[in-house]
Amino acid sequence: MRVQLLQICHARSGDKGDTGNVGLIARKPEYYPVIKKYVTAEAVKKHFAGVCLGPVDRFELPNLLALNFLLHHSLGGGGTVSLMNDAQGKTLSSAMLRMEIDVAEPLSLSARAYV
Amino acid sequence: MKEKIRIASGQGFWGDLLTAPVDQVTKGPIDYMMMDYLAEVTMSIMQKQKMKNPALGYAKDLVPLMERILPVIMEKKIRVITNGGGVNPIGCRDAIFAAATKLGITGLTIGVVVGDDILLQLDALRSKGVALKNMETDENLDAVRDRLVSANVYFGAKPIVEALDRGAQIVLTGRTTDTALTYAPMIHEFGWSWSDWDKLAAGVVAGHINECGGQATGGNFSADWKNVPDLAHIGFPIAEAYPNGDVIFTKHDGTGGLVTVQSVSEQLLYEIGDPTKYITPECVADFTTIRLDQVGKNRVKVSGVKGKPNTDSYKVSMSYADGYTAISTLTYAWPDALEKAKKADEILRTRLADLGLSFDEIRTEFLGLNSCHGPMAPIPALINEVVLRIGVRGRDFSAVERFGKEIAPLILTGPPAVTGFAGGRPKPSEVIAYWPALMPKDAVTPSVIVETI
Repeated sequence: MRVQLLQICHARSGDKGDTGNVGLIARKPEYYPVIKKYVTAEAVKKHFAGVCLGPVDRFELPNLLALNFLLHHSLGGGGTVSLMNDAQGKTLSSAMLRMEIDVAEPLSLSARAYV
Repeated sequence: MKEKIRIASGQGFWGDLLTAPVDQVTKGPIDYMMMDYLAEVTMSIMQKQKMKNPALGYAKDLVPLMERILPVIMEKKIRVITNGGGVNPIGCRDAIFAAATKLGITGLTIGVVVGDDILLQLDALRSKGVALKNMETDENLDAVRDRLVSANVYFGAKPIVEALDRGAQIVLTGRTTDTALTYAPMIHEFGWSWSDWDKLAAGVVAGHINECGGQATGGNFSADWKNVPDLAHIGFPIAEAYPNGDVIFTKHDGTGGLVTVQSVSEQLLYEIGDPTKYITPECVADFTTIRLDQVGKNRVKVSGVKGKPNTDSYKVSMSYADGYTAISTLTYAWPDALEKAKKADEILRTRLADLGLSFDEIRTEFLGLNSCHGPMAPIPALINEVVLRIGVRGRDFSAVERFGKEIAPLILTGPPAVTGFAGGRPKPSEVIAYWPALMPKDAVTPSVIVETI
């Protein structure tokens, strides 16, 4: 089934210079293995094509049901150098939640998926 | 030893909710309040203010705030720790002493941490072999040496703990790790060893949760923002710390917002890199060891944190002048709003080229359409209005200034149904670029000055 990350995750993002960080958190423990399997660094790099101009690093935090992504060269130079409206990458989190993944395993989505 | 201490977060950045610290000291019991004022480029703003007036260079908001809360913190014996001293913590102290005197307060002890500002010692340090190369690009400092505006070492909790040990009720620092403002009181109260890596790391994690104020208690909350209660009166976080390193996060009763595993998780992931290596001057915390449990309504227990030994280096945050930017906006209305905005952009770029002006970058965004999500955002069929936002960056001040004079003419010499140019010509603002570096810890020593009036 095709799932948009908005249905199964929440997220927060921020900046360190020209690098954006996106913390992606599974809404339920059973969703964590799904995002761990499908939301790879490569998939995220593809999703952010044209936005993230450098590599993507991924780190796992199973204790928080979370993945942390570093999106290098995504903020137009960062800080006061950047001409971007979102120079601090605050909305990279919701951009991440647009991503869709094709999940092979059965997945129960709550009736009110986006609570 | 106290059974527990409560360390409240009062400000998450310079410009944060002004009522939050007042609420923290009046709406329930706390022992300490930390306030973070310093983002990466804040020091450069403060250096410029100090250059114009040697008495300034600190977070000016702090003085009226302290005047407001001094009677309360004196009565309740609440201790305040803040990096709002900026590049002039002594001047900040003197202003707070003056406010206290005006209120008739005596017996106030303020501790000041100095030594982080190394701008005037840079050449001496470099001649001793401290290279201060850019830790991200490996560039030599010579590339920007003559354009440096600020240079500050990130100290940790040690000098703050010393100030607390010596009786300071208010501790003012310059550049200090944000997390230290929260965990210094734990070390002071519980007597943790400087090599008890797990407890230090537990303090660092608590500091990371506290340091952005309402972002841990329902502000900017992606999981369920529609159902956060009473954000208008959001309660900022309070770390209830225990001697064994456990910390329960909560907020005052009767305030808005929420404290849940989800709200704390979001803040824990904010602006981190490799979660197994969260480096601070005192230890390296491993965020993959954090355990979160909801132990009551608006109560989240943080436990299990593991830490590793610290490194030999301090991080140094430097900033340098790097040209100018100007940004302006125009609003275009239906019909054909986007086409009009694109045409205006094209006309403007043609005129800039005709004038022979060159810039390092010209950036156009369409607010309301794709300035946040770029190519990920689908363009809707019907666009009611769109804001053309165009910015330039360059080394040549006069070119950037001239750009600002080319915006308003578009209203009468470009596409129709345009408005939203009420703010006047955009003025060039100086770009302050960031230069992070490392330096050996033994090359610099913090000092602590404690005085009472």
